[in-house]
Order: sequence, then structure tokens, then C-alpha cells
Amino acid sequence: MSIAQSLLNIVLEEGRKHRLKKVKKINLHVGALSAVVPDSLKFCFDLLAQSTIACGASLEIEMVPIIARCSECKEPFEVEDHVYLCPHCGQPSLELISGRELSLTSIEGETGDTDDADEDSSSAKYPAG
Amino acid sequence: MTQMKIPVVRNILQANDRLAAANRKRFDDAGIFVINLMSSPGAGKTSLLEKTIDGLAGRIKMAVIEGDLQSDFDAERIQRRGVQAVQINTEGGCHLDGNMVQIALEALNLDSVELLIIENVGNLVCPAEFNLGEHEKVMILSVTEGDDKPLKYPLMFQLCSALLINKVDLLPYTDCNVQKIRQSAHQLNADQKIFELSCRTGEGLPEWLDWLEEKVRAFRKTQN
Repeated sequence: MSIAQSLLNIVLEEGRKHRLKKVKKINLHVGALSAVVPDSLKFCFDLLAQSTIACGASLEIEMVPIIARCSECKEPFEVEDHVYLCPHCGQPSLELISGRELSLTSIEGETGDTDDADEDSSSAKYPAG
Repeated sequence: MTQMKIPVVRNILQANDRLAAANRKRFDDAGIFVINLMSSPGAGKTSLLEKTIDGLAGRIKMAVIEGDLQSDFDAERIQRRGVQAVQINTEGGCHLDGNMVQIALEALNLDSVELLIIENVGNLVCPAEFNLGEHEKVMILSVTEGDDKPLKYPLMFQLCSALLINKVDLLPYTDCNVQKIRQSAHQLNADQKIFELSCRTGEGLPEWLDWLEEKVRAFRKTQN
């Protein structure tokens, strides 16, 4: 839930900055090793986003594979089934190149016709949690 | 209406990471070694803390932050042993975050404290994602939870520098294979230090206490 809240905070902040009236789509990268379950994130986000400009926005989640780099031969390799061993030389490796992402990559939305407003419909306070 | 796509590359947890970094700086400046202690509910975090406090009495000056959904039973258990403890109630939140720890620090007198242990909320998932500013993450897995846990919760096992396999006195009554836990934990993190112990019988505790004391001393040496 607090990951969804952090995401919403960033989306609303960027939305204000770019004067969006409506956020339609939010693109994310989520690493395969992160503790995020896409469906739960979507569910929590939908709940929190009600009555904000991001209400009804779809979360497009791109899963990022776990890639490690061998500490010996420096070759990158994809970690499958949580085996952190270099397939080339057999060395264990914890140097991750990707897999822990939890990042926003882009937001798609609509701006109003007129740039009249400093109106800020999204400044409501949300409880943490 | 104008449709637009805004490229924004931002880490969702950056707000927490910033707070954690501020906590970390505070710990470093004060020369306090900090551990984020995590496990499932009931694995023995508070029992381990009690044994650790007793075992390190006169060796290391400790303080404790207790994270729980509700109640302050755990902080009372710790205070009874003569160690400063502050309770964080997350009111339903399943993990501690950098902000909660920052607030809790206000309630502690950190003068001459050498080791701060933060007991996280019982949960093997979310606490792994939220840095608190700690120097090391340590976890407990009790043998009654089963030997399949490392591969079910890989991030937690991968991030922890030490794994304490607790309740080994119950091994005869379970089908848990400790060797299997060791293998899968090492597959996720080859550098992980693994202890087998029982808070109930005291078996294996001296090795853990020595390791911890050594970590605190080594850290404080680098700070001076």
C-alpha cells in the first residue's frame, strides 16, 4: 500500500508540473526480484487514486529480468530460478545489474484546452500506510 | 484536449531512500552500528533480542526500536532488561520505513549507544524493500516455518548478511532440512553468515553474540 501511495504522490506531483487534467496511463518498470506483486499494486493504486486526476489510470507494468554480473569474469548473465552462479565460470555473484527496479518511466495523460488554471484539484491529503 | 506522454524516470521509493540516507548519516556520525532485524511473525525476534541483551550486557551498550502493528508488549519486554527501547506502532502497516525510524530516534538518548537493533514488523516481504538507514540486515528463520522459505522470499534472503536459523531444539519434531536452507540461502547470497541456534536452550547463541560484537567493534574502529 505504501508503495502505491509513493507512486501516486510522484504521479500527482508530475501531473501538476505538466498541468495534466487527467492521467490515463502510467508506465512502470518492476524488477523480478522486487517484492511487488503487480495485481496488488494495481488494486492499491486504484483505491488511492479515486478522486484524483489519476482516477482510472491504467498501470502498465513491465517486468525486468534479474541480471547479474560475474565478479570473476565480468560477464553479465540472467539469473533463473534464483541461481546466482555465473554460467561461464561457476562463481557466485551478487552484483546485480537489474532486477530490483521499482521505477516510474512515463505518464500519459491529457492537458486542458486552456492553460488557465492554477487550480489544484490534487492537493488532498492522503493517509500513509 | 492535448494528449501527452511525459517521460519521468523516478524511483518510486526515492522518498524513503532519502530518509534512510539521512538516518544512516546520523548513525555514522554518532558511531552507532545499526541492524535491521527481520523475520516472519513468531520466528523469535523479541526472544533473540532478550538473549542478545543479556549476552552482551557489559560488552556493548545497546538500544532497541520495536516495530509492531499494535501494542507495546515487546518494548516492555526489552525495557525490563534495562535497555532503552522505543515502540513504533504501524497501525496496520506491514513494515517500518525511514520516516518512522527518524521519529522514533527522537525518543531515544543515543549518547554512548554502540549498537541499535531495529526489530521490524513480522513479515518476509515488504520490509526487504524499505531501507531504514541500517548498516546490516539480519533475519531469523525458525525451523517450524519450513526449509522452502529462501526460494519463496528470495529478496529478503539475498539482502541479509546474516541468517539465524532459530528453534533448532525443535528439529526432531519437524521435517525441516537445515542443509536445504543453507544451500538455498547460499545460492541467493554466497557471502551470508548462517547461525543455527535456539533462543530457548541457548545453543548456538555464543557464536552469534561474538559475530555481532566483532561487527560493532570493527565498525566503530572505522568511525574513529
